[in-house]
Amino acid sequence: MNQVAEVTAHSHIHRDDVGAKIGMWLFLFTELILFGGMFLAYAVYRFSYRDYFALASKELDVFIGLINTLVLLTSSLTMAMSITALRKGSKKLSLVFLGSTIFFALLFLVNKYFEWSAKFHHGLFPGSNELLSLSRGEIIYFGLYYVMTGLHALHVIVGFVILAFMFVFVVKGKVNQDYYIMLENSGLYWHLVDIIWIFLFPLFYLIH
Amino acid sequence: MEHKNAHNHIVGYGTYIFVWLTLVTLTALTVTAASFDLGNFSIVIALGIASIKGLLVLLVFMHLKFDDRIFRIFTFVAFLTLTIFLVLTFSDYLFTR
Repeated sequence: MNQVAEVTAHSHIHRDDVGAKIGMWLFLFTELILFGGMFLAYAVYRFSYRDYFALASKELDVFIGLINTLVLLTSSLTMAMSITALRKGSKKLSLVFLGSTIFFALLFLVNKYFEWSAKFHHGLFPGSNELLSLSRGEIIYFGLYYVMTGLHALHVIVGFVILAFMFVFVVKGKVNQDYYIMLENSGLYWHLVDIIWIFLFPLFYLIH
Repeated sequence: MEHKNAHNHIVGYGTYIFVWLTLVTLTALTVTAASFDLGNFSIVIALGIASIKGLLVLLVFMHLKFDDRIFRIFTFVAFLTLTIFLVLTFSDYLFTR
């Protein structure tokens, strides 16, 4: 019965939700390789400059890193719940969850802004005299720190924009209970950003 | 028919909240573990906990557990490929210095 209804509902629309999802996953795999290369560089340099990495990481604020970890984990939760709400037919609740996710994305970026500003204030930014006066290991640590968390932050910004579009689409009904693959794929992107941070946090903030 | 059901599965809020609580607990655990000096072992613990967290996100938040099997196979192959890249290159670096 359900299946019949689905077939008739879809018969005049040209779409392939499973195909769209596979396409999204394939894109995510390229992202995985992109960040993977950086993690490899990190591994090699951390191996060569163990003590310097530990020394340099003391400059990072574990508390801010922890807050941002919790912010991203919670944003993943609201993202997942937003899809569930939409599929259960509650557009309003879905928008509340999606709005929360967007808010958390913004919160993450605000934290990042303050974190980086403090670093810049201490003269610790790429190419600064302060940074270049440090040991080679520390310079490499901060280089990796800025490139990897910077590329990650760029992904958060992109995710923020995508989710803002999704919010509008749900409001307008373009994304709805029957057609939610766009929201699902945006969610997949958002969760990937979360996974990358799950690895960045211990590797940069929690070193001895 | 079973395939259809798998695709139509709606994950409940409870499952998500449970996973989120587990993720928060694991985060607390990794921060606590980092406050002890465990030598070489601390990186193993940090990466171990991060991997469990990543797996939870992949399986539940990203629906791999509930989606068609092809998605799990794809993702497994992708991570396997990445692991091969990492292990081969890193060991090359280790042994040719």
